[in-house]
Amino acid sequence: MRKRILSLLLVLMLLLSVFSLSSCNEGRLPKKVLHVYNWGQYISDGSGDLPDVNTLFEAYFNEHLAEKYGFEIEVNYSTYPSNEDMYNKLVSGSASFDVVIPSDYMIEKMIEENLLLELDFSKITNYGNVAEEFRTGFATYDPEGKYSVPYTYGTVGIIYNADYVDEEDIGSWDLLWNEKYSGKILQFNNSRDALATALYRLGYSVNTADHAKWAEAAALLKEQKPLVQAYVMDEIFNKMISASAWIAPYYAGDYLTMYDSNDSLCFYIPEEGTNIFADAMCVPTCARLPEVAMEYINFMLSEEPALANAEYIGYSCPNTVVTENQEYKDYMSYWHEEALDILYSEGAIVDDYTDLKDIDAESKRSFYHAITNTEENGNLLDYTNALWSDIKIESSIEPWIIVADVVILGALFGAWLFFFIRKKKRESSYTE
Amino acid sequence: MKIASKVYMGLVYLLLYAPILVIAVFSFNQGDSTSVMDGFSFRWYAELFRKPDLFEALKNSLLLALSSALLATVIGTLAAVGLARMRKKWLKSSVNAVTNIPMMNPEIVTGISMMLLFVFISNRVLGNIEVNLGFFTLLIAHVTFNLPYVILSVSPKLRQLDKFLPEAAQDLGCPPLKSFFLVELPNIMSGVVSGFIMAFTLSLDDFVISLFNGGDNFTTLPVLIYNYTKKPVKPDIYALFTIIVITILLLLVLSNLASSRDEKKKARAKK
Amino acid sequence: MKIKSFFSRCAAAPHIVWSVLFIVAPLLFVLYYALTDANGAFTLDNLFALSDYGETFFLSISLSLIATVICILVGYPMAYFISRAKPSRQPLLLMAALVPMWINLLIRTFSMMAILDDGGLINTLLGTNFHIVGTKGAVIFGMVYDFLPYMILPIYTVISKMDKRVLEAASDLGCNHFEVLTRVVLPLSRSGIISGVTMVFVPSISTFYISQKLGGGTFELIGDTIERQFANPLTYNVGAAISLVMMVLILISMAIMNKFADPDAEGGMLP
Repeated sequence: MRKRILSLLLVLMLLLSVFSLSSCNEGRLPKKVLHVYNWGQYISDGSGDLPDVNTLFEAYFNEHLAEKYGFEIEVNYSTYPSNEDMYNKLVSGSASFDVVIPSDYMIEKMIEENLLLELDFSKITNYGNVAEEFRTGFATYDPEGKYSVPYTYGTVGIIYNADYVDEEDIGSWDLLWNEKYSGKILQFNNSRDALATALYRLGYSVNTADHAKWAEAAALLKEQKPLVQAYVMDEIFNKMISASAWIAPYYAGDYLTMYDSNDSLCFYIPEEGTNIFADAMCVPTCARLPEVAMEYINFMLSEEPALANAEYIGYSCPNTVVTENQEYKDYMSYWHEEALDILYSEGAIVDDYTDLKDIDAESKRSFYHAITNTEENGNLLDYTNALWSDIKIESSIEPWIIVADVVILGALFGAWLFFFIRKKKRESSYTE
Repeated sequence: MKIASKVYMGLVYLLLYAPILVIAVFSFNQGDSTSVMDGFSFRWYAELFRKPDLFEALKNSLLLALSSALLATVIGTLAAVGLARMRKKWLKSSVNAVTNIPMMNPEIVTGISMMLLFVFISNRVLGNIEVNLGFFTLLIAHVTFNLPYVILSVSPKLRQLDKFLPEAAQDLGCPPLKSFFLVELPNIMSGVVSGFIMAFTLSLDDFVISLFNGGDNFTTLPVLIYNYTKKPVKPDIYALFTIIVITILLLLVLSNLASSRDEKKKARAKK
Repeated sequence: MKIKSFFSRCAAAPHIVWSVLFIVAPLLFVLYYALTDANGAFTLDNLFALSDYGETFFLSISLSLIATVICILVGYPMAYFISRAKPSRQPLLLMAALVPMWINLLIRTFSMMAILDDGGLINTLLGTNFHIVGTKGAVIFGMVYDFLPYMILPIYTVISKMDKRVLEAASDLGCNHFEVLTRVVLPLSRSGIISGVTMVFVPSISTFYISQKLGGGTFELIGDTIERQFANPLTYNVGAAISLVMMVLILISMAIMNKFADPDAEGGMLP
């Protein structure tokens, strides 16, 4: 038995050494490592017919730039599950990265806390590829565009299954609160996105400092809770594709992925307005190779990697090299006839702090801003955290759970009593 | 009775293997989904071998499990030996109590407490010297939660061991260190090996502790999978695990065949 | 023994140093965070804030208790049947129960979702409309499924090591099969059950992945709460306080349970 497992392990060790051998490398120049930190599955990694972008960069750098910098580069690519996770790792000093790709509000927060370097645009020569509108005025999180270069962007909308959901019910955020579909509705499993769906439904700004409005949104989520099948992130794909759930708020680009496996799924952007997000490339102040990081960002804007990423991720791409590319257009239209309309739908980016119901515009979109604790906003971050916590921890304890507890504890006590009495009896019989 | 027990065992194995069957089936999916089959294909296996990151993560997981299990086995075996001979009662019982903490403690608390320690060390103690969470912090964390299992496997074997055996060896002029290797170790070897296997298994399966203590340049497979929050799990991971399961099962069956052949030979020889 | 060697005196030293550095010190950090606020000033507020989580604590303890009991009920017969199989078959049967543990828990749980979901395998194949995922029952099921091998293993180890002559003596003295099981085997396998309970109860009570996936996030277990608190540096302190309380609760219940344990029993996990 033991020998057998041990021999298994020995085989594993052998395999391991084979792996390690294959990673040996001899270069003329010293090698340095560029640390890139990104969302999980958020870069073209060589799957399908698409290239591995990081390998492309290594090849490009080592061929064209290695002489100039005096070293070769190896990309160390790692991933995080959320902006907050990335932020924690960075701030705690437990890791240092050269390139990070956080979302809008996190970039704003990091700029405020002096965690990002100003980009060196003399190195980022491909910046011109980024569409004009995304260089100026788009990024309210980085108004002067000094710290970040947009990587992807997109909008949140509602995905529904046309086999089960009536046409007449769609159009607004109300669908997520429609009792007709009780138990088939999904909701975001993070406070910012979940509370935002309620705020949009109420017509408020998602960046309001008014505690009462947040409380109203939280009350709405509590009202929704009995209808919700699950609070999810990536599970949404399987649940929507298998029709386990029928209605879910999620990102436009991901809708296309789901549609690929289930063509009953449809998508719309709620009329009250919705969230627009951007994930952008930045260089944190702790970067060890900031210059190479700039080269990396520059490279990502060039045609081949940008195209590969846009096709792999499926989100809207701010890069004109991509959006004007016929191959890309064909590829996306092959996925879904209206893919380009869905990804690049017209919409007005409105002032992020005004209540949306007071703004007169068609298809309103607003960015999230970082929620912080300050004296003026009465520690809003703590407040919203508490609201979310309240929503999440609320749970009913069904009677059967209590019955089961009582039975188990009763049985345990009974067993103990039984053994105790028997022991005493035996002891007394021995002494007799 | 016999049939009932066989049926029962069959049902429990079915329960244990149902998700693994599902994994195997969906690894042959033509489509991208892990919940709806779109036809049969080998494309995810092809994909798997084209992409380095999953194998890299698997390699990291195995490397970490092996090295942490080895280190824990060495430290743990020594500790068990030392504890068995320790005279001071209070020291012995307090060491035992502390040793059991990582086993009793929820993984999440162990993981977080170690993260707090590492962050503190890198920020306050070492100042500007950069200590990143990575292989070494993970190694320390894994060894820590593996130690009690090793000690738990070795200690009973030591207790079974005849106390006078090492003494006899030493009386006959064997130096203590040598007597440990020649006399005691062979006798407790089975405990040492099962401790090692247990440590390896636990370390390979762990993701909570790795999640909090991992860093930028060393991602284990479970953490890589956990980080897929924005995008779905794809069948290529299923393909990887299918290969792993098939490899393990194949090795098991082979070794079982080999050992049963050995037994038959022995039986024949006896006749 | 006159020659108390340097070696035997120092054998436990590395372990003691390791324990102090990586078990005791990290726990002191948890204690420190639990008793301070975000600015580092002493406060008891975090502990008072725990009253909000009373229900969560109760729910976690209940669900893991139920899961543990089911694991005993399912795992004990399984371990018993394996131990009654042909000796040459036993290693294979046991390993077969162990292999699922080498497939990562995340992936196993994830594929369990594909089986149990509203539009999942069971409902599709049976044409039914069971709502399983998102209920507390599903979470209990997930715990049982994920941690069952940890229950089978130690129980099997204990049973397989039992002196067969004792069992024969019992049946010679007039016990039938059932009586041998309940009056001899069961009491003698107490220590196996207790290690099994530890191995199942502790990870169950602190799990957060199972409740997120199979519970659908519609209710929180204490592990979820802790994980959520540690996702945000501002709530580290409350998270530490919850961890502290959970740890103390578990340590107390383990201490009580160990009162039932047989002090002379072997604690090894693998045969």
